[in-house]
Amino acid sequence: MNSIEVHNLSKTFGDIEAVKDVSFDVKKGEIFAFLGPNGAGKSTTIKMLTTLLHPTSGTMRVDEKDPILHPEEVRRSFGIVFQDPSLDDELTAYENMNFHGLLYDVPKEIRQTRIDELLRFVELYDRKNSFVKEFSGGMKRRLEIARGLLHHPKIIFLDEPTLGLDPQTRNHMWSYLQELNITEGVTVFFTTHYMEEAERVAGRIAIIDHGSIVALGTARDLMEKTGTKTLEDAFLGLTGKKIRDDEAGKNDNIRMARRVWTARK
Amino acid sequence: MKTIFVLWIRQLLRYGRSKSRMFGSLAQPVLFLVSLGFGFSTVFEKAGQGNYIEFLAPGIIAMSIIFTAIFTGMDVIWDRQFGFLKETLVAPVSRFSIMFGRTLGGATVATAQGAIVFLISLLAGFRPVSLALVPFAVVIMIMIAVLFTALGTMIASKLTDMHGFQLIINFLVMPLFFPFRSNFPFGGIAGCFIIYSWNKPAFVRSRRFAGSSYRNEPLWIRS
Ligand SMILES: Nc1ncnc2c1ncn2[C@@H]1O[C@H](COP(=O)(O)OP(=O)(O)O)[C@@H](O)[C@H]1O
Ligand SMILES: [Mg+2]
Repeated sequence: MNSIEVHNLSKTFGDIEAVKDVSFDVKKGEIFAFLGPNGAGKSTTIKMLTTLLHPTSGTMRVDEKDPILHPEEVRRSFGIVFQDPSLDDELTAYENMNFHGLLYDVPKEIRQTRIDELLRFVELYDRKNSFVKEFSGGMKRRLEIARGLLHHPKIIFLDEPTLGLDPQTRNHMWSYLQELNITEGVTVFFTTHYMEEAERVAGRIAIIDHGSIVALGTARDLMEKTGTKTLEDAFLGLTGKKIRDDEAGKNDNIRMARRVWTARK
Repeated sequence: MKTIFVLWIRQLLRYGRSKSRMFGSLAQPVLFLVSLGFGFSTVFEKAGQGNYIEFLAPGIIAMSIIFTAIFTGMDVIWDRQFGFLKETLVAPVSRFSIMFGRTLGGATVATAQGAIVFLISLLAGFRPVSLALVPFAVVIMIMIAVLFTALGTMIASKLTDMHGFQLIINFLVMPLFFPFRSNFPFGGIAGCFIIYSWNKPAFVRSRRFAGSSYRNEPLWIRS
Protein backbone atom coordinates (compact mmCIF):
# COMPACT_ATOMS: atom_id res chain seq x y z
CA MET A 1 0.00 0.00 0.00
CA ASN A 2 1.30 3.43 -0.95
CA SER A 3 0.51 6.67 0.77
CA ILE A 4 2.06 8.76 -1.96
CA GLU A 5 2.66 7.87 -5.61
CA VAL A 6 4.33 10.21 -8.02
CA HIS A 7 4.86 9.50 -11.72
CA ASN A 8 6.89 11.67 -14.06
CA LEU A 9 6.02 14.84 -12.20
CA SER A 10 7.28 18.12 -13.69
CA LYS A 11 6.78 21.75 -12.90
CA THR A 12 8.15 24.71 -14.82
CA PHE A 13 7.96 28.38 -13.89
CA GLY A 14 8.56 30.31 -17.08
CA ASP A 15 11.81 28.82 -18.21
CA ILE A 16 12.88 27.52 -14.79
CA GLU A 17 12.40 23.78 -14.55
CA ALA A 18 11.82 23.49 -10.80
CA VAL A 19 10.85 19.80 -10.87
CA LYS A 20 11.86 17.52 -13.73
CA ASP A 21 10.26 14.18 -14.37
CA VAL A 22 10.26 12.99 -10.77
CA SER A 23 8.86 9.55 -9.84
CA PHE A 24 8.76 7.86 -6.44
CA ASP A 25 6.45 6.02 -4.03
CA VAL A 26 6.07 6.38 -0.28
CA LYS A 27 4.63 3.39 1.55
CA LYS A 28 1.97 3.64 4.25
CA GLY A 29 3.63 4.17 7.60
CA GLU A 30 7.00 5.04 6.12
CA ILE A 31 9.27 7.93 7.09
CA PHE A 32 10.55 9.31 3.82
CA ALA A 33 13.09 12.11 3.34
CA PHE A 34 13.64 14.47 0.45
CA LEU A 35 17.24 15.56 0.79
CA GLY A 36 18.61 18.28 -1.42
CA PRO A 37 20.34 21.65 -1.57
CA ASN A 38 18.52 24.99 -1.77
CA GLY A 39 16.48 25.41 -4.92
CA ALA A 40 16.47 21.68 -5.68
CA GLY A 41 12.68 21.59 -6.04
CA LYS A 42 11.71 20.11 -2.67
CA SER A 43 9.14 22.73 -1.71
CA THR A 44 7.70 22.79 -5.21
CA THR A 45 7.11 19.03 -5.03
CA ILE A 46 5.41 19.37 -1.64
CA LYS A 47 3.20 22.18 -2.93
CA MET A 48 2.02 20.01 -5.79
CA LEU A 49 1.29 17.08 -3.49
CA THR A 50 -0.62 19.30 -1.10
CA THR A 51 -2.91 20.87 -3.76
CA LEU A 52 -1.28 24.31 -3.68
CA LEU A 53 0.26 24.06 -7.15
CA HIS A 54 -0.77 22.35 -10.34
CA PRO A 55 1.96 20.31 -12.00
CA THR A 56 2.98 21.06 -15.57
CA SER A 57 2.79 17.34 -16.28
CA GLY A 58 2.78 13.98 -14.53
CA THR A 59 0.40 12.22 -12.12
CA MET A 60 0.17 11.95 -8.34
CA ARG A 61 -1.77 9.99 -5.74
CA VAL A 62 -1.96 11.12 -2.15
CA ASP A 63 -3.79 8.69 0.12
CA GLU A 64 -4.91 7.00 -3.09
CA LYS A 65 -6.58 10.11 -4.45
CA ASP A 66 -5.59 12.56 -7.13
CA PRO A 67 -4.83 16.00 -5.63
CA ILE A 68 -5.92 17.70 -8.85
CA LEU A 69 -9.24 15.92 -9.25
CA HIS A 70 -10.17 15.52 -5.59
CA PRO A 71 -8.43 18.31 -3.72
CA GLU A 72 -10.84 18.43 -0.78
CA GLU A 73 -10.53 14.74 0.02
CA VAL A 74 -6.77 14.91 -0.28
CA ARG A 75 -6.68 17.95 2.01
CA ARG A 76 -8.53 16.02 4.66
CA SER A 77 -5.88 13.31 4.71
CA PHE A 78 -2.73 15.29 5.40
CA GLY A 79 -1.22 17.76 7.82
CA ILE A 80 1.54 20.12 6.78
CA VAL A 81 4.28 22.23 8.29
CA PHE A 82 5.34 24.76 5.68
CA GLN A 83 8.86 25.97 5.18
CA ASP A 84 7.73 29.59 5.57
CA PRO A 85 5.69 30.83 8.52
CA SER A 86 1.95 30.27 8.25
CA LEU A 87 0.55 31.35 11.61
CA ASP A 88 -1.73 34.28 12.28
CA ASP A 89 0.51 36.61 14.30
CA GLU A 90 -2.37 38.59 15.71
CA LEU A 91 -4.04 35.61 17.31
CA THR A 92 -2.89 33.70 20.36
CA ALA A 93 -1.30 30.26 20.22
CA TYR A 94 -4.52 28.72 21.47
CA GLU A 95 -6.65 30.58 18.92
CA ASN A 96 -4.41 29.45 16.08
CA MET A 97 -4.86 25.86 17.23
CA ASN A 98 -8.58 26.21 17.79
CA PHE A 99 -9.20 27.76 14.38
CA HIS A 100 -7.32 24.92 12.78
CA GLY A 101 -9.45 22.42 14.70
CA LEU A 102 -12.61 24.18 13.55
CA LEU A 103 -11.48 24.27 9.92
CA TYR A 104 -10.76 20.54 10.05
CA ASP A 105 -14.01 19.82 11.84
CA VAL A 106 -12.44 18.22 14.93
CA PRO A 107 -15.26 17.59 17.46
CA LYS A 108 -15.24 19.96 20.41
CA GLU A 109 -14.21 17.69 23.29
CA ILE A 110 -11.46 16.02 21.29
CA ARG A 111 -10.32 19.42 20.13
CA GLN A 112 -9.91 20.82 23.62
CA THR A 113 -8.02 17.85 25.02
CA ARG A 114 -5.86 17.42 21.98
CA ILE A 115 -4.91 21.10 21.81
CA ASP A 116 -3.84 20.99 25.46
CA GLU A 117 -1.94 17.77 24.93
CA LEU A 118 -0.10 19.05 21.86
CA LEU A 119 0.68 22.42 23.41
CA ARG A 120 2.14 20.62 26.43
CA PHE A 121 4.18 18.44 24.12
CA VAL A 122 5.74 21.40 22.30
CA GLU A 123 6.13 23.16 25.67
CA LEU A 124 3.95 26.09 24.82
CA TYR A 125 1.11 25.28 27.20
CA ASP A 126 1.92 28.07 29.63
CA ARG A 127 2.13 30.49 26.71
CA LYS A 128 -1.11 29.41 25.12
CA ASN A 129 -2.77 32.79 25.61
CA SER A 130 0.16 34.79 24.31
CA PHE A 131 0.03 36.35 20.89
CA VAL A 132 2.04 34.57 18.26
CA LYS A 133 3.77 37.83 17.32
CA GLU A 134 5.51 37.69 20.72
CA PHE A 135 7.00 34.25 19.97
CA SER A 136 10.54 33.52 18.87
CA GLY A 137 11.16 31.73 15.58
CA GLY A 138 11.64 28.39 17.31
CA MET A 139 8.42 28.75 19.29
CA LYS A 140 6.47 29.51 16.13
CA ARG A 141 7.93 26.45 14.50
CA ARG A 142 6.91 24.28 17.42
CA LEU A 143 3.40 25.70 17.33
CA GLU A 144 3.15 24.95 13.61
CA ILE A 145 4.21 21.37 14.22
CA ALA A 146 1.59 20.99 16.94
CA ARG A 147 -1.03 22.51 14.67
CA GLY A 148 -0.17 20.21 11.77
CA LEU A 149 -0.85 17.20 13.98
CA LEU A 150 -4.06 18.43 15.56
CA HIS A 151 -6.52 16.76 13.21
CA HIS A 152 -4.83 13.31 13.29
CA PRO A 153 -3.63 13.35 9.68
CA LYS A 154 -2.77 10.08 7.93
CA ILE A 155 0.17 11.75 6.24
CA ILE A 156 2.26 14.57 7.57
CA PHE A 157 4.32 16.76 5.25
CA LEU A 158 7.16 18.66 6.87
CA ASP A 159 9.08 21.13 4.72
CA GLU A 160 12.42 21.73 6.45
CA PRO A 161 10.70 21.44 9.82
CA THR A 162 13.78 21.69 11.98
CA LEU A 163 15.24 24.78 10.34
CA GLY A 164 16.07 27.16 13.18
CA LEU A 165 15.33 24.72 15.99
CA ASP A 166 17.93 23.97 18.65
CA PRO A 167 19.21 20.37 18.90
CA GLN A 168 17.11 19.58 21.98
CA THR A 169 13.86 20.65 20.34
CA ARG A 170 14.81 18.88 17.16
CA ASN A 171 15.38 15.67 19.06
CA HIS A 172 12.21 16.06 21.04
CA MET A 173 10.17 16.66 17.90
CA TRP A 174 11.58 13.68 16.06
CA SER A 175 11.06 11.28 18.91
CA TYR A 176 7.41 12.36 19.07
CA LEU A 177 6.97 11.95 15.32
CA GLN A 178 8.68 8.58 15.36
CA GLU A 179 6.42 7.43 18.17
CA LEU A 180 3.36 8.65 16.26
CA ASN A 181 4.67 6.84 13.21
CA ILE A 182 4.93 3.57 15.13
CA THR A 183 1.78 3.78 17.26
CA GLU A 184 -0.62 5.32 14.73
CA GLY A 185 1.09 4.41 11.46
CA VAL A 186 1.29 8.03 10.33
CA THR A 187 3.24 8.43 7.11
CA VAL A 188 5.92 11.11 7.38
CA PHE A 189 7.26 12.92 4.32
CA PHE A 190 9.87 15.53 5.10
CA THR A 191 12.46 17.63 3.34
CA THR A 192 15.75 18.68 4.80
CA HIS A 193 19.23 19.64 3.87
CA TYR A 194 20.67 18.19 7.07
CA MET A 195 22.16 14.87 6.12
CA GLU A 196 22.43 13.50 9.62
CA GLU A 197 18.73 14.17 10.14
CA ALA A 198 17.77 12.24 7.01
CA GLU A 199 20.10 9.43 7.95
CA ARG A 200 18.87 9.16 11.52
CA VAL A 201 15.09 9.26 11.09
CA ALA A 202 14.23 8.35 7.51
CA GLY A 203 13.61 4.83 6.29
CA ARG A 204 14.34 5.84 2.73
CA ILE A 205 15.91 8.97 1.30
CA ALA A 206 15.52 10.55 -2.12
CA ILE A 207 18.36 12.86 -3.05
CA ILE A 208 17.06 15.62 -5.28
CA ASP A 209 19.15 18.13 -7.16
CA HIS A 210 18.25 20.63 -9.90
CA GLY A 211 14.72 19.24 -9.93
CA SER A 212 15.62 15.58 -10.50
CA ILE A 213 15.98 12.65 -8.15
CA VAL A 214 19.60 11.56 -8.46
CA ALA A 215 19.40 8.64 -6.03
CA LEU A 216 16.81 6.89 -3.89
CA GLY A 217 17.19 4.28 -1.17
CA THR A 218 18.11 3.73 2.45
CA ALA A 219 21.11 5.63 3.79
CA ARG A 220 23.10 2.40 3.49
CA ASP A 221 22.07 1.93 -0.17
CA LEU A 222 23.19 5.44 -0.99
CA MET A 223 26.58 5.00 0.65
CA GLU A 224 27.09 1.69 -1.10
CA LYS A 225 26.10 3.14 -4.41
CA THR A 226 28.64 5.94 -4.18
CA GLY A 227 31.26 3.87 -2.39
CA THR A 228 31.45 6.36 0.47
CA LYS A 229 31.51 5.89 4.25
CA THR A 230 29.15 8.67 5.28
CA LEU A 231 25.91 10.01 3.85
CA GLU A 232 27.56 13.40 3.68
CA ASP A 233 30.18 12.09 1.27
CA ALA A 234 27.50 10.28 -0.69
CA PHE A 235 25.48 13.49 -0.90
CA LEU A 236 28.41 15.59 -2.01
CA GLY A 237 29.42 12.88 -4.46
CA LEU A 238 25.94 12.95 -6.00
CA THR A 239 25.22 16.69 -6.00
CA GLY A 240 28.69 18.19 -6.40
CA LYS A 241 30.34 20.70 -4.12
CA LYS A 242 29.05 23.94 -5.59
CA ILE A 243 27.39 26.26 -3.06
CA ARG A 244 23.74 27.14 -3.76
CA ASP A 245 22.01 30.47 -3.32
CA ASP A 246 19.97 30.72 -0.23
CA GLU A 247 16.56 32.26 -0.63
CA ALA A 248 15.95 32.75 3.07
CA GLY A 249 16.17 36.54 2.88
CA LYS A 250 12.94 36.93 0.96
CA ASN A 251 10.45 36.87 3.81
CA ASP A 252 12.52 39.19 5.95
CA ASN A 253 12.27 41.84 3.28
CA ILE A 254 8.52 41.56 3.28
CA ARG A 255 8.44 41.94 7.03
CA MET A 256 10.57 45.06 6.80
CA ALA A 257 8.36 46.51 4.14
CA ARG A 258 5.29 45.98 6.23
CA ARG A 259 6.87 47.58 9.23
CA VAL A 260 7.77 50.63 7.20
CA TRP A 261 4.33 50.75 5.74
CA THR A 262 2.41 50.48 9.00
CA ALA A 263 4.66 52.99 10.67
CA ARG A 264 3.93 55.44 7.92
CA LYS A 265 0.23 54.85 8.14
CA MET B 1 -21.03 27.11 8.00
CA LYS B 2 -18.29 26.59 10.55
CA THR B 3 -15.71 27.84 8.10
CA ILE B 4 -17.64 31.00 7.44
CA PHE B 5 -18.00 31.55 11.16
CA VAL B 6 -14.30 30.95 11.85
CA LEU B 7 -13.15 33.43 9.23
CA TRP B 8 -15.78 35.95 10.28
CA ILE B 9 -14.69 35.82 13.91
CA ARG B 10 -11.07 36.05 12.89
CA GLN B 11 -11.65 39.33 11.03
CA LEU B 12 -13.42 40.77 14.07
CA LEU B 13 -10.70 39.66 16.47
CA ARG B 14 -7.95 41.08 14.33
CA TYR B 15 -9.73 44.36 13.97
CA GLY B 16 -10.69 44.67 17.60
CA ARG B 17 -7.14 44.02 18.68
CA SER B 18 -5.39 46.37 16.41
CA LYS B 19 -6.14 49.58 18.29
CA SER B 20 -3.94 51.72 16.12
CA ARG B 21 -5.84 50.60 13.09
CA MET B 22 -9.16 51.22 14.74
CA PHE B 23 -8.26 54.76 15.81
CA GLY B 24 -6.42 55.41 12.60
CA SER B 25 -9.46 54.66 10.54
CA LEU B 26 -11.66 56.78 12.82
CA ALA B 27 -9.28 59.72 12.84
CA GLN B 28 -9.62 60.37 9.16
CA PRO B 29 -13.40 60.77 9.00
CA VAL B 30 -13.39 62.82 12.17
CA LEU B 31 -10.75 65.06 10.72
CA PHE B 32 -12.75 65.59 7.55
CA LEU B 33 -15.92 66.14 9.51
CA VAL B 34 -14.27 68.83 11.59
CA SER B 35 -12.09 70.51 9.00
CA LEU B 36 -14.55 70.50 6.13
CA GLY B 37 -17.47 71.01 8.44
CA PHE B 38 -16.14 74.19 9.99
CA GLY B 39 -14.29 75.26 6.91
CA PHE B 40 -17.20 75.30 4.52
CA SER B 41 -20.21 75.72 6.73
CA THR B 42 -20.25 79.53 6.75
CA VAL B 43 -19.89 79.78 2.99
CA PHE B 44 -22.49 77.10 2.57
CA GLU B 45 -25.00 78.78 4.80
CA LYS B 46 -24.33 82.19 3.29
CA ALA B 47 -25.18 80.67 -0.06
CA GLY B 48 -28.52 79.76 1.42
CA GLN B 49 -27.98 76.02 1.22
CA GLY B 50 -28.88 75.14 4.78
CA ASN B 51 -26.85 73.23 7.33
CA TYR B 52 -23.58 71.97 5.92
CA ILE B 53 -23.11 69.15 8.46
CA GLU B 54 -26.41 67.78 7.27
CA PHE B 55 -24.96 67.70 3.80
CA LEU B 56 -21.53 66.43 4.78
CA ALA B 57 -22.20 63.70 7.35
CA PRO B 58 -23.70 61.02 5.06
CA GLY B 59 -20.75 61.37 2.71
CA ILE B 60 -18.25 61.03 5.52
CA ILE B 61 -20.03 57.98 6.89
CA ALA B 62 -20.10 56.32 3.49
CA MET B 63 -16.48 57.20 2.93
CA SER B 64 -15.37 55.68 6.20
CA ILE B 65 -17.30 52.50 5.41
CA ILE B 66 -15.79 52.27 1.94
CA PHE B 67 -12.25 52.83 3.19
CA THR B 68 -12.53 50.34 6.02
CA ALA B 69 -14.21 47.80 3.77
CA ILE B 70 -11.57 48.00 1.06
CA PHE B 71 -8.74 47.84 3.55
CA THR B 72 -10.20 44.87 5.41
CA GLY B 73 -10.82 43.13 2.12
CA MET B 74 -7.21 43.71 1.28
CA ASP B 75 -6.09 41.83 4.37
CA VAL B 76 -5.73 38.93 1.95
CA ILE B 77 -2.45 40.50 0.81
CA TRP B 78 -1.01 40.42 4.32
CA ASP B 79 -2.24 36.90 4.80
CA ARG B 80 -0.53 35.85 1.65
CA GLN B 81 2.74 37.44 2.66
CA PHE B 82 2.64 36.28 6.25
CA GLY B 83 1.71 32.82 5.13
CA PHE B 84 -1.61 32.37 6.88
CA LEU B 85 -3.41 32.16 3.56
CA LYS B 86 -1.68 28.83 2.87
CA GLU B 87 -3.07 27.44 6.11
CA THR B 88 -6.61 28.16 4.91
CA LEU B 89 -5.89 26.99 1.37
CA VAL B 90 -4.82 23.50 2.43
CA ALA B 91 -7.78 23.10 4.78
CA PRO B 92 -10.54 20.76 3.58
CA VAL B 93 -13.08 23.53 3.10
CA SER B 94 -14.43 25.22 0.02
CA ARG B 95 -12.70 28.30 -1.32
CA PHE B 96 -16.06 29.95 -1.50
CA SER B 97 -16.74 29.67 2.22
CA ILE B 98 -13.28 31.02 3.00
CA MET B 99 -13.86 34.11 0.90
CA PHE B 100 -17.46 34.46 2.03
CA GLY B 101 -16.47 34.34 5.70
CA ARG B 102 -13.75 36.88 5.20
CA THR B 103 -16.05 39.20 3.31
CA LEU B 104 -18.75 39.01 5.96
CA GLY B 105 -16.17 39.70 8.64
CA GLY B 106 -14.78 42.71 6.81
CA ALA B 107 -18.26 44.01 6.10
CA THR B 108 -19.22 43.70 9.76
CA VAL B 109 -16.17 45.68 10.77
CA ALA B 110 -16.84 48.35 8.15
CA THR B 111 -20.49 48.69 9.14
CA ALA B 112 -19.53 49.05 12.79
CA GLN B 113 -17.03 51.68 11.79
CA GLY B 114 -19.74 53.53 9.87
CA ALA B 115 -22.03 53.35 12.90
CA ILE B 116 -19.34 54.89 15.10
CA VAL B 117 -18.79 57.69 12.63
CA PHE B 118 -22.55 58.21 12.55
CA LEU B 119 -22.58 58.63 16.34
CA ILE B 120 -19.67 61.04 16.14
CA SER B 121 -21.45 63.05 13.48
CA LEU B 122 -24.43 63.33 15.82
CA LEU B 123 -22.08 64.99 18.28
CA ALA B 124 -20.97 67.33 15.54
CA GLY B 125 -24.53 68.41 15.01
CA PHE B 126 -25.85 66.05 12.36
CA ARG B 127 -29.56 65.33 12.63
CA PRO B 128 -31.15 62.70 10.37
CA VAL B 129 -34.31 64.00 8.78
CA SER B 130 -36.41 61.26 10.25
CA LEU B 131 -35.69 58.47 12.71
CA ALA B 132 -37.81 56.10 10.67
CA LEU B 133 -35.23 56.29 7.93
CA VAL B 134 -32.34 55.17 10.15
CA PRO B 135 -32.99 51.40 9.77
CA PHE B 136 -33.12 51.92 6.03
CA ALA B 137 -29.81 53.77 6.25
CA VAL B 138 -28.30 50.84 8.15
CA VAL B 139 -29.35 48.45 5.40
CA ILE B 140 -27.64 50.63 2.83
CA MET B 141 -24.55 50.88 5.03
CA ILE B 142 -24.37 47.08 5.17
CA MET B 143 -24.79 46.86 1.42
CA ILE B 144 -21.98 49.33 0.79
CA ALA B 145 -19.79 47.48 3.29
CA VAL B 146 -20.35 44.08 1.66
CA LEU B 147 -19.83 45.44 -1.81
CA PHE B 148 -16.55 47.17 -1.06
CA THR B 149 -15.13 44.40 1.13
CA ALA B 150 -15.78 41.99 -1.70
CA LEU B 151 -14.14 44.43 -4.11
CA GLY B 152 -11.10 44.76 -1.84
CA THR B 153 -10.86 41.00 -1.47
CA MET B 154 -11.16 40.53 -5.18
CA ILE B 155 -8.43 43.03 -5.99
CA ALA B 156 -6.17 41.67 -3.26
CA SER B 157 -6.53 38.11 -4.55
CA LYS B 158 -5.00 39.26 -7.80
CA LEU B 159 -2.15 41.20 -6.25
CA THR B 160 0.98 39.62 -4.92
CA ASP B 161 2.75 42.50 -3.23
CA MET B 162 2.61 45.91 -1.66
CA HIS B 163 3.44 47.85 -4.79
CA GLY B 164 0.13 46.95 -6.27
CA PHE B 165 -1.49 47.84 -2.99
CA GLN B 166 -0.12 51.39 -3.08
CA LEU B 167 -1.29 51.73 -6.63
CA ILE B 168 -4.81 50.73 -5.70
CA ILE B 169 -4.93 53.23 -2.88
CA ASN B 170 -3.79 56.05 -5.11
CA PHE B 171 -5.86 55.26 -8.13
CA LEU B 172 -8.97 53.63 -6.75
CA VAL B 173 -9.57 54.67 -3.17
CA MET B 174 -8.63 58.33 -3.32
CA PRO B 175 -10.63 59.06 -6.49
CA LEU B 176 -13.57 57.41 -4.78
CA PHE B 177 -13.38 60.02 -2.09
CA PHE B 178 -12.88 63.25 -3.94
CA PRO B 179 -15.87 63.19 -6.25
CA PHE B 180 -18.23 62.60 -3.37
CA ARG B 181 -20.17 65.70 -3.97
CA SER B 182 -21.74 65.40 -0.60
CA ASN B 183 -18.35 66.32 0.82
CA PHE B 184 -17.57 69.38 -1.24
CA PRO B 185 -20.35 71.82 -1.88
CA PHE B 186 -18.84 73.20 -5.03
CA GLY B 187 -17.02 70.47 -6.84
CA GLY B 188 -13.53 71.87 -6.77
CA ILE B 189 -11.28 69.75 -8.90
CA ALA B 190 -12.33 69.67 -12.50
CA GLY B 191 -10.97 66.21 -13.18
CA CYS B 192 -13.30 64.70 -10.64
CA PHE B 193 -16.34 65.16 -12.77
CA ILE B 194 -15.35 62.42 -15.11
CA ILE B 195 -14.93 60.00 -12.26
CA TYR B 196 -18.06 61.35 -10.70
CA SER B 197 -20.33 59.99 -13.36
CA TRP B 198 -18.64 56.64 -13.07
CA ASN B 199 -18.96 56.81 -9.33
CA LYS B 200 -22.55 57.80 -9.26
CA PRO B 201 -24.03 54.68 -7.67
CA ALA B 202 -21.90 55.07 -4.58
CA PHE B 203 -22.57 58.75 -4.49
CA VAL B 204 -26.29 58.35 -4.76
CA ARG B 205 -26.32 55.89 -1.93
CA SER B 206 -24.22 58.07 0.23
CA ARG B 207 -26.62 60.89 -0.16
CA ARG B 208 -29.74 58.85 0.33
CA PHE B 209 -28.95 56.77 3.33
CA ALA B 210 -28.96 58.53 6.72
CA GLY B 211 -32.02 60.29 5.41
CA SER B 212 -30.25 63.44 4.40
CA SER B 213 -32.61 66.04 3.12
CA TYR B 214 -30.20 67.49 0.64
CA ARG B 215 -31.52 66.99 -2.87
CA ASN B 216 -30.58 69.65 -5.34
CA GLU B 217 -27.71 69.14 -7.66
CA PRO B 218 -26.06 72.11 -9.36
CA LEU B 219 -26.92 71.84 -13.03
CA TRP B 220 -23.35 71.92 -14.26
CA ILE B 221 -22.43 68.75 -12.48
CA ARG B 222 -25.19 66.52 -13.72
CA SER B 223 -23.92 63.57 -15.67
N1 LIG C 1 6.56 30.65 -7.69
C1 LIG C 1 7.74 30.50 -8.31
N2 LIG C 1 8.03 31.22 -9.41
C2 LIG C 1 9.21 31.07 -10.04
N3 LIG C 1 10.17 30.23 -9.67
C3 LIG C 1 9.96 29.47 -8.58
C4 LIG C 1 8.73 29.57 -7.84
N4 LIG C 1 8.79 28.70 -6.79
C5 LIG C 1 10.00 28.11 -6.89
N5 LIG C 1 10.69 28.56 -7.95
C6 LIG C 1 12.04 28.11 -8.38
O1 LIG C 1 12.03 26.73 -8.46
C7 LIG C 1 13.24 26.17 -7.97
C8 LIG C 1 12.95 25.19 -6.86
O2 LIG C 1 12.48 25.87 -5.72
P1 LIG C 1 12.04 25.14 -4.38
O3 LIG C 1 11.13 24.03 -4.71
O4 LIG C 1 11.53 26.18 -3.44
O5 LIG C 1 13.43 24.57 -3.84
P2 LIG C 1 13.79 23.93 -2.42
O6 LIG C 1 12.57 23.88 -1.59
O7 LIG C 1 14.35 22.59 -2.73
O8 LIG C 1 14.83 24.82 -1.81
C9 LIG C 1 14.10 27.35 -7.57
O9 LIG C 1 14.98 27.64 -8.60
C10 LIG C 1 13.11 28.46 -7.37
O10 LIG C 1 13.69 29.70 -7.64
MG1 LIG D 1 12.18 24.69 0.15
